[in-house]
Amino acid sequence: MCSLALFPPPLPSGQTTMCESNNELLPGTNTEDRLRLDSSPLSLYFPRESLKLHSRTESSSKAAFLDHSETLWMRSAAAWRDGGYIGLLNEITNSDREVPKWLSVSSGCILALLRWVSSFHGSLFPHLTLSCENMIAEFSQVLNWSDCVVRAFAWHPHTDKFAVALLDDSIKIYNPKSATTPTLKHRLQRSVAAVQWKPLCASALAVACQNCLLVWHVDPCSLSTRPSSGCAQVLSHPGHSPVTSIAWSPSGSLLLSASPMDTAMMVWDVAAESCVPLQRVGGGGVTFLTWSPDGSHVLASTPSAVFRVWETRMWTCERWPCVKGRCQSGCWSPDGSRLLFTVQGETVIYALTFTDTQGIPTSTSKGPQAAAVVADLSETTFNTPDGDIIVGGEIQSLAWDPRGERLAVLLKGHPQAADRPAVIAVFKTRTSPIFELLPCGFVQGEPGAEPRLMQFHPNFQHGALLTVCWSTGRITHVPFYFLSAGVPRYGLSGSPSLPCAQERPDDFVNQSLFTELIS
Amino acid sequence: MFSTEQRCWFVRKVICWRAAASNAWAVLLLLPITAVFVILSRFSLLHPIQTISECLSLLTSASAIFSFILLCGVILMIGFLNLEYYTVIPAIACSKIALLGQLLHPRQFVNSLVHCIMGIIVAWCCAITIGGRYETLCYTCTQSDGSPQMCLNEFHLILLLAGAFVGFSHSLLGVIYNMNYVSFHTVQQYKYLRFKGSLPLVVKCSATQALYSIRNYIVVYFFLGYIPKAWVCKTLNLHLNSTAQPLDSVAGLLDLSLLYHLWISATFQLFTWYITLQLFRIFITEAYSFPVQSSFTEDAHQCISKVLTDKQPMILKFLALQDLALLSQHSPSRRCEVFSLSQPGGHPHNWNAISKECLSLMTDLTQRLVAYHDTVATNGRAKSLSTGSERKTSSETSVTSGTEDLMSPRPTLLMKTPASVFARSIVGGPQSPLTAPFTPDLDSPFASPALRRLTAPVDCSPWHGTVQSPHIMRRGPKLWSTSTDSQVNGSPVPSPASVPSPKQETSKPSVLAQFLHNRKEQVKNFLAKRVLIMYLFNKLPEASSQALFADSQAHIWALEGLSYLVQASFSEDHFGVVQTTLPSILSCMLVLQEAVDRHFKLPHASSKPIKSTISMGDSSYKTLRFALRATLKTAIYRITATFGDHLKAVQLSAEHRKRLQHFLEYKE
Repeated sequence: MCSLALFPPPLPSGQTTMCESNNELLPGTNTEDRLRLDSSPLSLYFPRESLKLHSRTESSSKAAFLDHSETLWMRSAAAWRDGGYIGLLNEITNSDREVPKWLSVSSGCILALLRWVSSFHGSLFPHLTLSCENMIAEFSQVLNWSDCVVRAFAWHPHTDKFAVALLDDSIKIYNPKSATTPTLKHRLQRSVAAVQWKPLCASALAVACQNCLLVWHVDPCSLSTRPSSGCAQVLSHPGHSPVTSIAWSPSGSLLLSASPMDTAMMVWDVAAESCVPLQRVGGGGVTFLTWSPDGSHVLASTPSAVFRVWETRMWTCERWPCVKGRCQSGCWSPDGSRLLFTVQGETVIYALTFTDTQGIPTSTSKGPQAAAVVADLSETTFNTPDGDIIVGGEIQSLAWDPRGERLAVLLKGHPQAADRPAVIAVFKTRTSPIFELLPCGFVQGEPGAEPRLMQFHPNFQHGALLTVCWSTGRITHVPFYFLSAGVPRYGLSGSPSLPCAQERPDDFVNQSLFTELIS
Repeated sequence: MFSTEQRCWFVRKVICWRAAASNAWAVLLLLPITAVFVILSRFSLLHPIQTISECLSLLTSASAIFSFILLCGVILMIGFLNLEYYTVIPAIACSKIALLGQLLHPRQFVNSLVHCIMGIIVAWCCAITIGGRYETLCYTCTQSDGSPQMCLNEFHLILLLAGAFVGFSHSLLGVIYNMNYVSFHTVQQYKYLRFKGSLPLVVKCSATQALYSIRNYIVVYFFLGYIPKAWVCKTLNLHLNSTAQPLDSVAGLLDLSLLYHLWISATFQLFTWYITLQLFRIFITEAYSFPVQSSFTEDAHQCISKVLTDKQPMILKFLALQDLALLSQHSPSRRCEVFSLSQPGGHPHNWNAISKECLSLMTDLTQRLVAYHDTVATNGRAKSLSTGSERKTSSETSVTSGTEDLMSPRPTLLMKTPASVFARSIVGGPQSPLTAPFTPDLDSPFASPALRRLTAPVDCSPWHGTVQSPHIMRRGPKLWSTSTDSQVNGSPVPSPASVPSPKQETSKPSVLAQFLHNRKEQVKNFLAKRVLIMYLFNKLPEASSQALFADSQAHIWALEGLSYLVQASFSEDHFGVVQTTLPSILSCMLVLQEAVDRHFKLPHASSKPIKSTISMGDSSYKTLRFALRATLKTAIYRITATFGDHLKAVQLSAEHRKRLQHFLEYKE
């Protein structure tokens, strides 16, 4: 098993990780790093001050306006529109001077009854009592989502453009080949939890919002910097909010969405704006979805200690109970045969292997019986010149590069303790002939910057490219230059020469690493 | 031909069994539904235990068993009607008058009548079950003079008539909302799970629909209730009880218990019917796996390549296309059979048949779109497309190619026939200045969409260096100023010799055309001044756009199947059979893409799907064109993403190459 003790120690403070070259993570000093960052077109910096935030909520801005009395009917209609049954009952109960007494009393009673029932429901599933924002923060893949300047990030699966969702609920699209950076804003685009580009399409971007799903169609040739809200399709389903996770099928035909409030996972046919709910009781909701790159399986985790693996041909699922907590994050190997996942409250990475023959639904084929632990990321102390640094702990998210050679793990750390920062640990992985995890190193940013969100570039030519969004509002890209072991690739002129540093990997090979024998 | 025997094969072996299985399940489900209905209809809040014991004794009584058998008969009848009236391509009325025509069609009349009778039977069973004052039609009452006589029980009558009314409105709404349309789901699920998922919808729809129907019924009964009452009294020689409150009055109808019973029995009636319908839809749309190639010649007609080319029944073609889309995505072994060569001879028969059929489907849609665009673009509004009704008004039948032209895929021309090459040379030929003055307006009968189909397949012939686009195609038919009926309706492949012949007689029919055109304009101008006629005959642009894409589910599957097969061929096609057709596939898709893009730029076609209300009528046909547009783009991207720069070696025209470059750069 691979553990953090085998890792090279973190860089001394003041140095940031530049890239991996010759099997080694190279540090960069701060000044030259800053210069390089500013010159690169894709490295972005969103200072917190530059964003216009909603300092007031809508209700608080009411005080700025004159009190305007509407009729009871108007208010009831508005309450019905905004808050549904509960809102209507609230409105009737509160305006007891205008309605008959029996009406206000009975609606008050119904309201109390509903609250009692929902509190009972909430005691079964504690996450239901959270507010919308807290729920997104709890289940998001982003570390400390509510305080994050960059709330979501998505590379386009085929080109070099990406979308960034910011704290002020706007989304910006950056493309190195075009000078325009469209900014997407929509009335319903609030509390963006995730964004994802549609595969096999140039323009469609799905956005998971507080109350709905938005699918933007951003014409790549258009010169407009503010596409109108008419370019967005609004997909909503009663009871399906807030949306915390979305996943496009790799073939680009279907979109999945999940909400912790809804036990059903929605399968959207986006063009027709229709959806099929896939309902499974148990779990109390769906929090996180990832589609395997070959499109055959979907991981769907729930707020309870259970997650499901759906097979996408007939949409049946396998139920996987966890021992300790809910499944926090997961990722699939590029061939879709192996699932790595982490469980809240544990500091290990588990692996599940799916060996199903194509054409036969998974329910009949042999699935794995139990998950194997492949890496231990419990707390480890490193002695550095600056003092001891403790690294390790719970895992926020996992990301596997599209070739299956690098695995990035975002460790939560402790927000209070200064010597236990959140950090990204990177493993080298190999899937054939046997599955192996080897330590690679830690990715660190400037002093004081915590990694919040990471994603691999989907088609980087010279290895893997990890994009990291930092707590300071900076987005950096860390390239990992290597020669792919699997497929021989042409056009690797930009790759560094390999034979320079061979001594370090040898050290690791001799130590006991995780290997899995093919049975 | 084999088509008749094959229809027998598929309908007999698959469709009938599926319908029978769905009916059997509906009958099985009837028992719990009836039990729930009995409990709900007799429930009293004050005596819950007494209610339950009463219900149990009722359910085991002879009358209940008899009425249950009757209900089973009703379900079987409804199931039979579902099988008889279902369609996979919805009939979309493009104007008010067309809708009226659909409603008054004799076939529809029979449907309504049967539904009425079934409604009465269900209502009678409900009356027996609810019991009490509803149980019998007549009872003995004492007249004012004290003599006993048989009186009419109006409660029984109102329940029976409610059943008939609900059945009738169900049948009418079935036409308006296309309830007989069976749509295919994008998400494959097992039947049980699909049924479970759709159950809440069925409950909700039947309850709300029953509410609306009963509301309408009460209004009708309030005004016209005396007619059936008097009629029943007269025929059965019954009397009206003068002491009882008549029900067609405000006081009589404001009886909460009566309203509740009317509503619950209507809900029961609709629920059982909707369940039957839903089960039928689920069973009939279940994916069927056709063999790709068979080792025995007697089973050869069941192979997917043979089944695809069939015109009738449509469900067979649809299921075959669905199977093609599924096998191309999920099943490498069956894909391998598609790419295989025939054993003696070494011909890729399977691939050729499949690709040819898919391409002809796409070409057909392209021509339809171009024709529609022409009529709309020249006229400012949609005309002469897809209404059976307008045919009656216009003097020439050749103007309207008719509903069936659009609804059923036409026999289309083969792509590689010498005819198409020849037609191209005519279109681009030097005759154009000569014939141009005689070319009638596109408004005229001879610019009918049917005519355009003659020349249109040209645009899919890939090896021409000339410009191929709908723009050119649109100009093409103008050179041909006569309609050749034999080609429109008859032979699918025009022989090369027959093509130039209409060109010779260009001048004569165009004079006639001018005359007819003027006549028609006069009639039209006269009629246009009448408001009611305009209201009835005006095109609904949204509906005509929907009608154009009514069978697009087939195109979507064809696109998906082709693109997945092409994608798989990159690694799985050992003999290179796909490469030979790759240019035609690409150019066909690109031409279709251009036509679809142009269609969406028309002013009155909405660019976004309209939010549909929840009802039992499947409205997925309304969004098919959006699904088609998205699928088409994804299909092209799937091919370009797989082949990448290798596509530069594929022979394409310059314009298509340019478009493809856009796709390669992800700029579409």
